[in-house]
Amino acid sequence: MTPIAPSTPAISEAAFALTLALLLLAPLAIAGVALINTGLGRSRSAAQSLLGNLAIVAVTAIAFALVGATLTGNLSGTPGGAAHIFHLAGKPWNWLGAGPLFLGGFAAAPPQSQLALLFEFLAVALAALIPWGSGADRLRLTAGCAIAAVLAALVFPLLAHWIWAGGWLSQLGVNFSLGAGFLDPGGAATVHILGGLSALAVVWIAGPRKGKFPKEGFATAMPGHNAVYILFGCLLALAGWLAFNVAGAVLWLQAPFAALPVTALNTLLSASAAVAATFAVTRIRFGKPDASLCANGWLAGLVASSAAAAIVAPIQALVIGLIAGVITPLLVELLELAVAIDDPSGAIAVHAAGGLWGLIAAAIFAAQAGQFLAQLIGIATLLGLVLPLVYLLFSLLNRIVPFRVDPDGERIGMDLHELGGGAYPEFVIHRDDSYR
Amino acid sequence: MKFAGLLVMPAGFFLSIAAVVLFPAPAPRAAFVLCGLAVEALGLVVAVRGHMEARGETRP
Repeated sequence: MTPIAPSTPAISEAAFALTLALLLLAPLAIAGVALINTGLGRSRSAAQSLLGNLAIVAVTAIAFALVGATLTGNLSGTPGGAAHIFHLAGKPWNWLGAGPLFLGGFAAAPPQSQLALLFEFLAVALAALIPWGSGADRLRLTAGCAIAAVLAALVFPLLAHWIWAGGWLSQLGVNFSLGAGFLDPGGAATVHILGGLSALAVVWIAGPRKGKFPKEGFATAMPGHNAVYILFGCLLALAGWLAFNVAGAVLWLQAPFAALPVTALNTLLSASAAVAATFAVTRIRFGKPDASLCANGWLAGLVASSAAAAIVAPIQALVIGLIAGVITPLLVELLELAVAIDDPSGAIAVHAAGGLWGLIAAAIFAAQAGQFLAQLIGIATLLGLVLPLVYLLFSLLNRIVPFRVDPDGERIGMDLHELGGGAYPEFVIHRDDSYR
Repeated sequence: MKFAGLLVMPAGFFLSIAAVVLFPAPAPRAAFVLCGLAVEALGLVVAVRGHMEARGETRP
């Protein structure tokens, strides 16, 4: 293994200012997802859920600053970052970033490295919120924070280095003539698929909410408690996603200014087509459109756009969103009814499946030869390496910090159990039939 | 059974990587990468089936 420092093109002052401004808007995506997570949970866990979102953002920032940022390789003082490399079959395999710990040298790093790290700070916070939504109503606050710390310190930095900081996935084009290497400018893989697969691991380990899957009959419907939070969260998320996708295009693809309006338009078109498709599907399936599934469809369109918005034409973005909007409500239903997975926020369908579809769509519509295979290898890495890795890490973590609250805590609600007070103290909380 | 499925999935990943290293020609390379993905899909199905069986045993 040899630590080396690959180089990337310097960023202009105008591009720096634009990207910084966009990244200051990106936390709106975090706010949107936090509201959606809270709205899709129960009223008796609302305060714990929103506090959890806040705590997770804080924990990821600290863990990423202390350890994760080093492993991404963006802190070497050289554009593109430093890395550990081994050689196999005559080709370099850049597998791990290197650099000073505790954000050492951040102020002296080149402007594009600083922006890259800022992007990653926000991206890892968004990724860590995704499993928190899936564990709603039974995941302990400390467990949510511990999961976020593991993701921010270990797993996300690996992916961020491989895809964004000159790692082996991004070098598939240079080393093996596979298009431009694995492309993920908006974070479909590093943020959403990582978050979605982490959500799957969390719900597998924590199990379903009590009463969700009775011994006989169908799964019990446990709808979200606040459709206003959910739908307003979707609107906030749009602003954040526009910022992430356009900033990602500048940072990771070195896209010219002329390409940025199309990237923003594609993001909007993908989400719009997705929500229209989900509206139609739920209208046909249930007789009336379903608000929470439409929110899931909107988010799935945004997630799919993270992979493809900077690469495809507007009409292709529409098609990508349309398919994401059809798949999402059907997959949410399939996971709950056929596979017995209790995922209150629908994160597995929205973030994991939506992100995978986005990566495949980018591969289908990309003009470069070999790009399809590069995207497939990225997908193989996410499914074959990242899912088993997060499941293993979370299983070990569950032994140290038990994920699931005790049955009494689940019965009285996470707010009373963990915080000693509810989000809506003047409301009369109705009794849950499943505890009779 | 869930662990067995999750153990199979990295095998699919390594198959995909081996395809990239060992086959310079596009057709066999693509075929083996797809085989790697198929192995991963198989592992995922086994893991999901394992989860469903475990859930059936622990339902209230």
